[in-house]
Amino acid sequence: MRIANREELALAREKSAQAMKAESYRILICAGTGCLAGGSEKIYEKLVQLAKDQGQQVNVTVEFGEGIAHNSDGSCPVNGNCAGIKKSGCHGFCEMGPLVRIEPLGVLYIKVKESDCEEIFNKTILQGQVIERLLYTMNGVAYKAQEDIPFYAKQTRLVLKNCGHIDSEHISEYFAVGGYSALEKALFTMTPEEVVNCIYDSELRGRGGGGFQTGYKWRQVARQKETIRYVVCNGDEGDPGAFMDRSVMEGDPHKMIEGMIIAGYAVGAQEGYIYVRAEYPLAIKRLKIAIAQAEETGLLGENILGSGYSFKLHINRGAGAFVCGEGSALTASIEGERGMPRTKPPRTVEQGLFGKPTVLNNVETYANVPMIINNGAAWYKSIGTEKSPGTKAFAVTGSIKNTGLIEVPMGTTLREIVYEIGGGIKNDKKFKAVQIGGPSGGCLIGTDLDLPLDFDSLKKRGAMIGSGGLVIMDEDTCMVEVARFFMNFTQNESCGKCIPCREGTKRMLELLEEIVAGNGTMEHLDMLEELGTAITDTSLCGLGKSAALPVLSTLRTFRDEYVEHVVDKRCRTGVCKSLCSITIDPAKCKGCSKCARNCPVSAIEGQIRNPYTIDQSKCIKCGACLDNCPFGAISRG
Amino acid sequence: MLDKSYYEKVDEIIAGYGTESRFLIPIIQDVQSEYRYLPPELLKYIADKLHITEAKAYSVATFYENFSFDQKGKYVIKVCDGTACHVRKGTDVLEKLREVLQLKPGQKTTDDMLFTLETVSCLGACGLAPVLTVNDEVHPAMTPDKVIDLISSIMKEEQA
Repeated sequence: MRIANREELALAREKSAQAMKAESYRILICAGTGCLAGGSEKIYEKLVQLAKDQGQQVNVTVEFGEGIAHNSDGSCPVNGNCAGIKKSGCHGFCEMGPLVRIEPLGVLYIKVKESDCEEIFNKTILQGQVIERLLYTMNGVAYKAQEDIPFYAKQTRLVLKNCGHIDSEHISEYFAVGGYSALEKALFTMTPEEVVNCIYDSELRGRGGGGFQTGYKWRQVARQKETIRYVVCNGDEGDPGAFMDRSVMEGDPHKMIEGMIIAGYAVGAQEGYIYVRAEYPLAIKRLKIAIAQAEETGLLGENILGSGYSFKLHINRGAGAFVCGEGSALTASIEGERGMPRTKPPRTVEQGLFGKPTVLNNVETYANVPMIINNGAAWYKSIGTEKSPGTKAFAVTGSIKNTGLIEVPMGTTLREIVYEIGGGIKNDKKFKAVQIGGPSGGCLIGTDLDLPLDFDSLKKRGAMIGSGGLVIMDEDTCMVEVARFFMNFTQNESCGKCIPCREGTKRMLELLEEIVAGNGTMEHLDMLEELGTAITDTSLCGLGKSAALPVLSTLRTFRDEYVEHVVDKRCRTGVCKSLCSITIDPAKCKGCSKCARNCPVSAIEGQIRNPYTIDQSKCIKCGACLDNCPFGAISRG
Repeated sequence: MLDKSYYEKVDEIIAGYGTESRFLIPIIQDVQSEYRYLPPELLKYIADKLHITEAKAYSVATFYENFSFDQKGKYVIKVCDGTACHVRKGTDVLEKLREVLQLKPGQKTTDDMLFTLETVSCLGACGLAPVLTVNDEVHPAMTPDKVIDLISSIMKEEQA
C-alpha cells in the first residue's frame, strides 16, 4: 500500500484517474452535515442496491504500491463496466438538499427522496433521461447542468473545487484529481525557502479572520533558532453562522492536509496538530480517515515519498470554548490547559505550542496552499483584488433564498452575493442588514451593497471579513435584539481572564436586556457607547477587543431603532415582545371567537359576530391569536 | 463509590494515550463519551495518574462547556442558538421544548432522566436553520409543531 517514491505516486494518480474514467457513470450523493440530516445516507444505500440488482460492479477499490502494476496491455486493471456511487462532501447548496449529482450528464437533482431513487436509476442512469421535476427551477427555467444554475454559475470555486465532486473518504479520489502533486513539487523541485517565498509572494492572507499575511508568518517561523517547530491548523470554527471550514474538512480533507505538510516542509516542522470543534463530529471522522489513509500510503509519517522529509499529524478535539479560536488559547488547549489567551509578545511564531515556534493558520488558508504551489504566486495574485488576492468562501445564511456555502473572488460585492448567487431575500422581503464576521464583526446595510468584500474595504467600514459568515437579515429583524443576542454570546464565551471583557460584557448585556424589556433610557445608549469603547481599547485578546463591535456598529447605523426602544417604547418589528401590543382591527374582525378560544390567558373578550377586543393588561403577547385568525384582523405593533 | 469497572475503563483509556498532562482533555473527553457525564470520582483518579493536582484537573474540566459533572438523560437534545437559527426563530423551538418536557427554570434534565435539554452556540448546519440534535442526530428546519411530534415519537419508542 505504501507509495515509496515519485514514480509510484504518478502511477497511483494515473491508476486512480483511470479507475474514475472506467466508471460508466458516477452518482455523487451529498453527505455533508446538511444533506445527511435530510436522509442522504438512505438514498446512497438505495442507489447502491439498485446498481447491484442490475449486476453492476459498484465502487471498485483501487490498490497502490508495489506489486500492483498495469495490465500487460497497459490498460487499467479495473473492469470498464462499473458504477461509481459515492458519498461526496458538501455541494454548498444546502437549502436544496439532499443533492445528487450525476456524471457524465452533469445534472444536479435537488430535494431528492428515497422514493425517487428507482426513477433516477431507471430513467437517468439506464436511459440517460433527465427527470425535470427534480431539477432546480428558477423563474420558470429548469436547469439541467449544475454549472448553469445561477447559484453556481456566479461562483469561482477553487478551494471548494472538489467538494461535492469526489468521495472524501477515499484517497484514490483525491489522487484522481491530481492530489498531492503540489506536495510532490515542493518536496522534489523546491527548497523550503522557495516554498516560503512562493507563499510570501502570493500574498495569501489568513482566512480565519485577521487577514494576516501567511507567508510572513512562515518566514518568521523558518528564521527561529529553535529547531523543534510545529504546524497547527485552527479548525475551531466557532463563529455562529459560519461553516466554510467544516465543509472543507468534511468534503476535501486531503487538500488541507496536503497544505499542512507543505507548511511543515517549508518551516522545518516535524509535527502538526489539527484542532477541530467538538460540534463537528463528521469532520473529525473524515479527518481521521484521511490521516489514516495518508499514513498508509506513505504521504504522512517517516520519509515521505522517499524524500527524507518526515511529518506526523495529530487531531485534537475542542471542548466547547469559543475563545479557543484565539491562537494562544488554542495552543494552551492542545497542551491540556484552560484555553485562555496570554499577553503577547512573545508571538505564536516565536513561542507557540509547547513554547516552540509555531505556524498557526486556519483550514481554508491551508487549503489554498496546494494550488498556489502548483500554479505559482503570479497566478494566485491574478485572482481577487490587489491587496486581497484569491477567493473567499462565505457561508450565506439567514433570511435568504439560497442558503449555502459559496466561494467568490475577493472584492465581489455584497449585492452580487445576496441577489445573484443568493437569489434575493426570503419571501421577497426587504433587505435590512447583513452581519459579517460573526459576533466579532459588524453590520453592513443597504448603502453598503456595492462595497467590494475584501479585508481592507471592510476594515475601513468598521466591520471585518472574519471567517466568512454572512447572516442576512430582513425587515422583520430587530437590530437591538440582534445586538443583545451577540452580546449574550460573547458574554457567555468570555474566558474571564481580563476584567474589561469579563465585567464589561456583562454590564453591556444587562443594559441591552433592560432596553429590550422596555426599561431603557437615553442614558443607556451613552453608557453602552462608553463601555463598548473601553472594552475595545483595553481587552487582552481578539475576543474582547471585538466583543462590543456588533453593539457599536448597530448603535451607529440603527440609532433610530435604539431611540424608538428607549423613548417611544416601541419595537417596529414586533420582536421585542415587551414593547409591542397585539390589537384586533374591528373593521376586519368577523367575531368568529377563534382568537378568544386560543388565548391561553383569556385576555380576549367579545360577542359572536361582533368585533372582539384584547385586554392589554392581561395579554402576554404570545401571538397565539395572531396565528389563528382566519381573517387577518389581528396585528402586532 | 463507583464500581470497579469504571476505574478499569479509565485505565484502558489512559493506556491509549499515555500519562503526560497534555492528554488530560482527550482522556476526559473519552470518559465523558463513555458515560455521557464525567463522574467527579474519576477526575481525581485521572489527575493522580497524570501526576497533576485534582485542583488543576478540576480547573480544566470546568473551563470547557462540554464537560458535565451531572448525569445526563438518555436523550440529549441540543438546540442550536447560532445566529442563523436565532434569526429563523430558534428561540420558539427552545421554548416549546421546555414546555413539552415540563422543565422548571434552571432545570436541564427531566425527572425521569429521559431527556436533557441544552443549547449550543452553532452546529454549523446553518443552511437547515433552525436545527437541533438528538444524541448528535441532526433534525433540520424545526418548528414548535415539529418539536411536539419529535418528543412524542421518542416517548412512543420508549414505551414500546
